[in-house]
Amino acid sequence: MFKDITIGQFYPTDSVIHRLDPRTKIIFTLVYIILLFVINNLWGYLFATAFLVFVVIASKIPVSYVLRGLKALVFIILLTMILNMFMTPGTVIAQWGFIQITIEGLRVSIYMAFRLILLVAGTSIMTLATSPIDLTDGMESCMKVVPLLKRVAHELAMMMSIALRFIPTLMEETDKIMKAQKARGADFETGNLIARAKALIPILVPLFVSAFRRADELATAMEARCYRGGENRTRMNQLQFEKRDAVSFVGMSVLTALLIGSRYLTWPMPFPFG
Amino acid sequence: MSLEIKHLDHIYSQGSPFEFKALKDINVTIEKGEFIGLIGHTGSGKSTLIQHLNGLIKPTSGTVYLDGRDIFEQNKKEMIQLRHAIGLVFQYPEAQLFEETVARDVAFGPKNLGLDADEIDLRVHSAIDMVGLDYDLIAEKSPFELSGGQMRRVAIAGVLAMEPDVLILDEPTAGLDPRGRDEILSQIKKLHDAKNNTVILVSHSMEDVGRLSDKILVMYQGETVFYDTPAHVFKHVEQLESIGLAVPQVTYLMHALKRTFPEMRDDIFTVEAAREEINRVLGGNKHV
Repeated sequence: MFKDITIGQFYPTDSVIHRLDPRTKIIFTLVYIILLFVINNLWGYLFATAFLVFVVIASKIPVSYVLRGLKALVFIILLTMILNMFMTPGTVIAQWGFIQITIEGLRVSIYMAFRLILLVAGTSIMTLATSPIDLTDGMESCMKVVPLLKRVAHELAMMMSIALRFIPTLMEETDKIMKAQKARGADFETGNLIARAKALIPILVPLFVSAFRRADELATAMEARCYRGGENRTRMNQLQFEKRDAVSFVGMSVLTALLIGSRYLTWPMPFPFG
Repeated sequence: MSLEIKHLDHIYSQGSPFEFKALKDINVTIEKGEFIGLIGHTGSGKSTLIQHLNGLIKPTSGTVYLDGRDIFEQNKKEMIQLRHAIGLVFQYPEAQLFEETVARDVAFGPKNLGLDADEIDLRVHSAIDMVGLDYDLIAEKSPFELSGGQMRRVAIAGVLAMEPDVLILDEPTAGLDPRGRDEILSQIKKLHDAKNNTVILVSHSMEDVGRLSDKILVMYQGETVFYDTPAHVFKHVEQLESIGLAVPQVTYLMHALKRTFPEMRDDIFTVEAAREEINRVLGGNKHV
């Protein structure tokens, strides 16, 4: 159940993508997400896909690992495709009773699938190639330049890093409690929906109890070491832009120009995009 | 019920950079009614091994037979049936408590067995007695207002109430005070003597394992090193020490005495046996 979720997981390798400054990666990912919504034709999507493939290869993360994150989203992607295919008005190309497929619908549904896949794969690459500590450091210094978030940047980043830190712990805890209840004959796998929902109580109660206990202990431990928020706090590892970051900012500009430019491309496209 | 572990391998996170071989070709047969002590350094694969025994995790290869039935060849319903026969008490089992009252929490297991209400009451009662708690005082309390030691006992009672044929305990006394430890272990031993059930006790205490077990299974880095009676296993002092273990304190004493009194036996691992042996060699009940 949990092993398919790759968002938020870190896959250590020694690639150049891993060594980029986290701020570069965060800004790059944001720009990339915005660009995905600027694209409006097949050429743009092909450029974006080519770019993503390049990043995956450069990051040395196995393709299967990146794609695993998509498995959990297959249902959502299919649902969006089907809804868009049948619900978009336009030139009808096939019809059964009141159900009809239009050229526009076909086009929109393919674009949507592309957009979702690129979105999820792109963001997973960022988290797979950035250690959680780097990620929150990057987030913190990115938030410090946003006027409204400036004052709470450190607290938000701290909350985020604690949350990220506890995802695997809580997963392990869930797994352990689930096994313990299974060993007591609990049955999570058969029965109807209500029976299954009820069967979750023996897992959720201990899980909440232990989560609160852990939170309390962590707060005590932090206070015992004089933690008092971000004010005047210095850090051991200062983030530093390197040459490779400059290179990737140039790359980002080129990508931006390419993807915005692709809107005006009028090269002939295959059906149903022509 | 007899358990037969055959060529069991387990690899965690196979195919990822975190791949870890937890078990390597384990072959062990446990007869009905035996009391087995399972020892090994942290990370030697003890917990992984016992979770295979009631099908909670699937092996990478190899299998486990329970009375000749391959437990990984059963369907979901049969698997749940099978878990009824094998009680597993996890490390820090107090983490599994969830009900509003102690009695209802202990009843969770028997209820899953599909027993009728009278039988459940009976079993809850005797299980709470068995772990040394006072039923009338504790049954209607919330498990979350108990002390750590009491929570531990309630959690163990929750498994005992299922009256499993095979009882597996993963360090049931970790973090308890010496008195609580002795009480829980002697209750387990008493139950074993009364019902002749099979017990597998995971422990870090050589004293406890030496005193209670018929046989000791020693694991190191996912492999079985020894599987023999305590007397035979504790002979290999150097080998045990090289894998981060030890023999009982009293065995060290006997080894030291042997140097002065060559006729002294040193294959001794309980205080009682040591006293008899010292009396035998040094003569009578005189104080020396």
